[in-house]
Amino acid sequence: MTSFDTKQATQEYAIRLGDDSLILGHRLSEWCSNGPFLEEELALSNTSLDYLGRARMLYSYAGEFSATGKTEDDYAYMRDAREFHNHLIHELPCGDFAFTITRQLFIDLFNIDFLKQLSLSKDVTLAAIAAKAIKETQYHLRRSKEWVIQLGDGTKESHNRMQKALDSLWGYRVEMFEVDDLELQLIDAGIAVDSRQLKNIWQQQLSNILTEATLTTPSEDWAVRGGREGYHTENLGHILTEMQFVHRSMPGLKW
Amino acid sequence: MAENEKNLFEVFIRSKRGLDHKHVGSLHAENRRQALEYARDCYTRRSEGVSIWVVKSNDICASQEDQAEAFYDPSDDKPYRHAAYYQLPDSVKNM
Repeated sequence: MTSFDTKQATQEYAIRLGDDSLILGHRLSEWCSNGPFLEEELALSNTSLDYLGRARMLYSYAGEFSATGKTEDDYAYMRDAREFHNHLIHELPCGDFAFTITRQLFIDLFNIDFLKQLSLSKDVTLAAIAAKAIKETQYHLRRSKEWVIQLGDGTKESHNRMQKALDSLWGYRVEMFEVDDLELQLIDAGIAVDSRQLKNIWQQQLSNILTEATLTTPSEDWAVRGGREGYHTENLGHILTEMQFVHRSMPGLKW
Repeated sequence: MAENEKNLFEVFIRSKRGLDHKHVGSLHAENRRQALEYARDCYTRRSEGVSIWVVKSNDICASQEDQAEAFYDPSDDKPYRHAAYYQLPDSVKNM
């Protein structure tokens, strides 16, 4: 097992979590002006802003460990796809509303327990960020859960779309519950969350919701991995192209 | 889902220092619970409120403008319904 300097490892951990938040936040922002109706569009945009805010806090914290004085912008705008370490589920295209809201449910259910654990971290900054994020996530989960039940147990069309979204997201859940050497070391130090422990409760909670939504838990077990190592789907490059364009073409530009 | 399949709700918000809920606008939602959540997203983004009420617009019974005369005019010639109509006796210092 590789051994890491704890500070460096914590910095990398903050960047990973920041990447998850930034990429999902950006995906959700794509609904802005494309929402199914005005009220839902505002709700999606608000959720997006919650994630962007979370990414800013995590990147800023990572910057505090940086010898060269890196800022949140350096992490968001000046890295290429291979340097992003988000779980792949966050970067998948929004798809239809069924896909977007099913992904939110997967992530919200995960975050509820993950953030609860992280708020107990020995790293006080990570703990404080988690404590703030829990409140947002409780709201996010209420929304995604209600929608999944309503659309799953809705019309034939909405049910089919929800089942299709569920089936195509299924293999992307696996990564969220795996840890690598860096995280293992931080878990031992009481800093990181042991995501492996969250899998059963997640599965149970999801399955309860799916039953109520008259949806079928996929039986086929497949998995896509690579995000934490910087191996991405082709989608991340497209996100970065759009997200980083202005900053890279006019470096140092301020609003 | 077309908007006309949804219900219209009226939104009332009580601000931090406000004593009563004030009407702030309306929105579309499937049900009361969703209306409450959308009200939070649409009308309290800048910390405008600490309490939200939503009520189905259909459930509001409103006075009609063409009935205004019958409704309100009869009060116009009854000045004795205002406190200022009465002269305060000198012995009453404050009221």
